[in-house]
Amino acid sequence: MAGLGAPALSVRHLSKRFGDQIAFDDVCFEVELGEVFGFLGPNGAGKTTTVRTLGTLLAPTSGSATVAGLPLTPDNSAQIRRRIAIMPESPGLYLRLSVLENLRCFADLYEIPDPAGRIEHALRAVNLAGRAQDVCGALSKGMRQRVALARALLADPQVLFLDEPTSGLDPVAAREVHALIDGLRRRGVTVFLTTHRLQEAERQCDRVAILNTTLRMIGRPGELRERLFGRTLTVRTAGSLDDPGRVFAGLPGVRGWRPEGTAGYVVEVSEPEMAAPAVTRALVAAGADVLSISRTRHSLEDVYLELIDQDEPGSPT
Amino acid sequence: MTVSRRRVRAITRKELHEYRRNAAVVLAMAILPLVFLIQPLIQVFTLPPSAATALRHEHALLYMLAVPVLVPAVLAAYAVVGERLQGTLEPVIATPISREELLLGKALAAFIPSIAVAYGVFALFVAIVEIFAQPVVASAFIRGPELLAQLLFTPPLAAWSIWVGIAVSARASDPRTAGQLALLLSLPTVAITTLVAFGVVPATLPTALVLGAVLLLLDLLGWRAASAVVDRERLVTDAT
Repeated sequence: MAGLGAPALSVRHLSKRFGDQIAFDDVCFEVELGEVFGFLGPNGAGKTTTVRTLGTLLAPTSGSATVAGLPLTPDNSAQIRRRIAIMPESPGLYLRLSVLENLRCFADLYEIPDPAGRIEHALRAVNLAGRAQDVCGALSKGMRQRVALARALLADPQVLFLDEPTSGLDPVAAREVHALIDGLRRRGVTVFLTTHRLQEAERQCDRVAILNTTLRMIGRPGELRERLFGRTLTVRTAGSLDDPGRVFAGLPGVRGWRPEGTAGYVVEVSEPEMAAPAVTRALVAAGADVLSISRTRHSLEDVYLELIDQDEPGSPT
Repeated sequence: MTVSRRRVRAITRKELHEYRRNAAVVLAMAILPLVFLIQPLIQVFTLPPSAATALRHEHALLYMLAVPVLVPAVLAAYAVVGERLQGTLEPVIATPISREELLLGKALAAFIPSIAVAYGVFALFVAIVEIFAQPVVASAFIRGPELLAQLLFTPPLAAWSIWVGIAVSARASDPRTAGQLALLLSLPTVAITTLVAFGVVPATLPTALVLGAVLLLLDLLGWRAASAVVDRERLVTDAT
């Protein structure tokens, strides 16, 4: 078991190269026990390679890591694989075999005592208790994903790696997977979730990391928004201001401003709650018809796109 | 190296379940050996009793040792590359299973039906000859040393073919190429048994001992070669 208070995953300057090609480079992060940690990034960013490296399927080129309390070394590989489970993007089920036969095979590979009990428990956890005898090839994509999740839960892993678990699923099936991840969180399972779905990450993850070969940012979604965009107020007026610089300059807590559209302004502030009344008074004093003043909402998607755009060749940094 | 019998059994059982439910595999395993029955049966039933004595100097039965070579080659060739393409290999190698356990499980799954088919086809041939052929022809065909050779050489021949098939499969990028290459690489052993069958290489006890020793050595080398090429990193990265 990982020691009390020790992180479930601790990654220090980890890199993986395939010849001259860099899969990911100098990645550092920690994932706490029981945390749902999102790992975001565009295609080819190195997300799956990171999962495979932490899952001992690939050897890192440099750096170090601790996985489920064990140093990531070749000698510890089998022991680490006993403590974790990986659900790859493709469920990878034996389609000619039944759900039960698939799970039975993996229960034996993990040498689980009382396999029948564990299989029943895992199937109940993914709401497939009545489908044990179904042939996997006859199941819908969403159900196959649930069987794959049941398979990953069989060994009661300390850390569960979910690689794009909702990829290719319709919204209903994706919602079912989200509910299952919520269930894992309640049970205290550490989940390492790689995904393209930013709303999914925002809703499900305690913290997220954005990877684009190197780690671009890490933190709670709200923190990332503030770190990248700062704190801003969005002001809408009926008409454009004659001299907005004079209106906003010198107001307490206001750091700067920029126009947005014909009669809109984004005002950078230190504390939105403190600055908003002063901004409102200044606008009214300047004779502006104020339509709205609100705290600017940036989604995780805004953060993600901003960071990835910065990495595009030729983009301003 | 400790090998978990439970994990080996899990892989073998899973593979056997899959074979049983795959009509193409069942068909291939049934048809190929039956083809090998045709030539000796024609020879048996067209041979006049007067010519049977001459047959005593030939070892036509050994020709059927090709069955344990060819049947498992196809199964083993699919073992790794097939799973990799289906995306089923990554979840397996992400478990605590060792490379040796995975290999043994897959090898056993190819070995068991291949041996059953090889012995089964041979037994069928012997039964047909004993029941329907002229007694003189039957006794010319079916002789103790050849029965013993068939019995003893079938397992190591199948094992060699399996290791070759798995090694090829671990390196190949598609199952058809793997199957063809595995068959091709298994052919030297078929060539040797055929040369013995048709008297080009003398079928004597020293020949049998030398060939048996060489075959066991090849099996050992085959196991080592297959172990060396079945590597988690290669299996994962070649799939992407």
